[in-house]
Amino acid sequence: MTDAKPISPAEADQRVDAEVSGGVTEGEGPQLLSWDSRARRIVTVYIPLVIFLIVLLFPFYWMAVTTFKPDNELLDYKNHNPFWISSPTLDNIKKLLFDTDYGHWLVTTMFVAIGSTFLSILASVLAAYAIQRLRFRGSDYVGLAIYAAYLVPPSILFIPLAQVVFQMGLFDTPFALILTYPTFLVPFCTWLLIGYFKSIPYELEECALIDGASRLQILRRITLPLAVPGLISAGIFAFTLSWNEFIYALAFISSTENKTVPVAILTELVSGDVYHWGALMAGALLGSLPVAVFYMFFVEYYVSSLTGAVKE
Amino acid sequence: MATVSVRAVRKAFGSTEVLHGVDVEVEDGEFVILVGPSGCGKSTLLRMIAGLENVTRGEIAIGGRVVNNVAPKERDIAMVFQNYALYPHMTVHDNMAFSLSLLNAPKEVIAAKVGRAAEILGLQPYLQRYPRQLSGGQRQRVAMGRAIVRDPQVFLFDEPLSNLDAKLRVAMRAEIKDLHQRLGTTTIYVTHDQIEAMTMADKIVVMNGGNVEQMGGPLDLYDRPDNLFVAGFIGSPAMNFLKGEIRGGAFHTGDVALPLPLQVPSGAQDGRRVIYGIRPEHLLLDAAGVAATVHVTEPTGSETQVIMNLGTTQVVGAFRERITQKPGQSLHIAPDPALVHLFDEKTGTRLS
Ligand SMILES: Nc1ncnc2c1ncn2[C@@H]1O[C@H](COP(=O)(O)OP(=O)(O)O)[C@@H](O)[C@H]1O
Ligand SMILES: [Mg+2]
Repeated sequence: MTDAKPISPAEADQRVDAEVSGGVTEGEGPQLLSWDSRARRIVTVYIPLVIFLIVLLFPFYWMAVTTFKPDNELLDYKNHNPFWISSPTLDNIKKLLFDTDYGHWLVTTMFVAIGSTFLSILASVLAAYAIQRLRFRGSDYVGLAIYAAYLVPPSILFIPLAQVVFQMGLFDTPFALILTYPTFLVPFCTWLLIGYFKSIPYELEECALIDGASRLQILRRITLPLAVPGLISAGIFAFTLSWNEFIYALAFISSTENKTVPVAILTELVSGDVYHWGALMAGALLGSLPVAVFYMFFVEYYVSSLTGAVKE
Repeated sequence: MATVSVRAVRKAFGSTEVLHGVDVEVEDGEFVILVGPSGCGKSTLLRMIAGLENVTRGEIAIGGRVVNNVAPKERDIAMVFQNYALYPHMTVHDNMAFSLSLLNAPKEVIAAKVGRAAEILGLQPYLQRYPRQLSGGQRQRVAMGRAIVRDPQVFLFDEPLSNLDAKLRVAMRAEIKDLHQRLGTTTIYVTHDQIEAMTMADKIVVMNGGNVEQMGGPLDLYDRPDNLFVAGFIGSPAMNFLKGEIRGGAFHTGDVALPLPLQVPSGAQDGRRVIYGIRPEHLLLDAAGVAATVHVTEPTGSETQVIMNLGTTQVVGAFRERITQKPGQSLHIAPDPALVHLFDEKTGTRLS
């Protein structure tokens, strides 16, 4: 086709098809150009993306592979490919589920994560609304103070918090965690929601005020429905952090059956210096599933609500 | 329905005062328009009447009751905002029913009132749509429907038409006026567009820089503007102003002499420096008049606007006749002496 030779209509159609579907055919200018831009896309988009994905997903792959490996393959990399499983087994999962309190840990972790997320969102909504919309005297400083609280690292805060937990008789109960996680969840969620509330036109609330709504009615019927994407991102954030939290869970819980998953698999599946890698990884894998599901379900909702109704 | 009284109202944001003592009386059932350039405090005044801003000093009364410290929802008013402020997550029906549902009104009452408002505004086909699925004019109607449903004592509008295109604006203007005639509800309407004000209002309040410049019927303001600001603001194209002095029973600017008004104002003695105001449509073609040099002609069909130099001043004339003069040629014109205005040069107030 390099020579200028008349093209039949059918051929022309084919060429159009090929171009539309991004197909690469050798030859003249336009195709060269599309080949060029395709090459550029591969270098600038796909290769970095693939590298990024490999780096990001490798730990999960390792976790999954380890979970299903029998012990002899796991400990002998000379005779077995470390990246692959020759004879997969469910032994590790069986051990995790039937020889430990794993089910119990999962339930506790879920309870703690949901409880602290709920509490934090409730407190953050009220705080963020008051700071952003009621603009009471000194509201700016209150906002800053909440943010400053966020900057205190948990590794320092857990010492005074331990005192509080002890004196309230909450030590070794899930409530020790449910009530302490908000110390780092509330500041972040509040700031996130302040930003979100700011994006909702104030006129809507003024209009509702004239329509006869009270402040709480406005919050419930106007502001919150419009802030759903913000609430969801705050919720995802709070849930994930509580699910994975380690320091407080390690410090405030002592009995085996009250532990959360991250602490339990490290303290219960490592006996002395023996690491039960298979069961440990099985625990980590199962433990990350709820978060993954949670993300998958809400991220879609999150995106669709972001592109949906909020503006106008 | 109710009267609204604004008495010596001042408003300060922090240390800056934006309203400097405003008095407005709105009669029962009247359609009053607050008009003025943007930033003059119209919205602020309206929001104070609505209860969205507190009153720094002075008094606002609705239906004879002072409402300075009354919450917006207790004032029995409805407000239409500039960008409509429709609740985006509610259907048209729910938007209109929102205020009633807050009062826990029975279902039948809500249905009847929303139905009636939808009928008045032609919104029945759209009741189940969301605001984002409506055109600008439809959103505007929903915003009005939300106000009508409440059957309030006073309607407040803040530049409701400024987001619409020119043609729709003219149509909605007539619609709002018609609505007012049908419902007869006291209405206060804010706009920066003097044509809107002239065409719709029973009474116009001209504001400037936080003060009321003049208050009166549209034609009163047109015929007898109190000062230069009102004279220049009302009417389109704007009134021509010429600077000069009174000498020998005529007005002189440069070497041009123009006749004084038929009823010569008492203060118009010889030697007084004044500003002579004449509207473009009150300049007449007159072979015996003064000669002006044509600068630009703008025929619109029904009339022709001519920008011309009269002495050293540029003036605009609007003539019913067809103008054949080319730029550079001269045109003989004379002001209609019955319709000439004189203003004091220093204070800008009308001589009468
Ligand atoms: N919340 C506010 N804080 C400070 N200044 C304000 C506020 N609202 C309005 N102003 C000022 O008050 C003046 C009048 O505003 P406004 O009533 O909105 O004018 P307009 O006549 O255009 O509606 C403006 O100079 C504006 O900058
Ligand atoms: Mg305004």
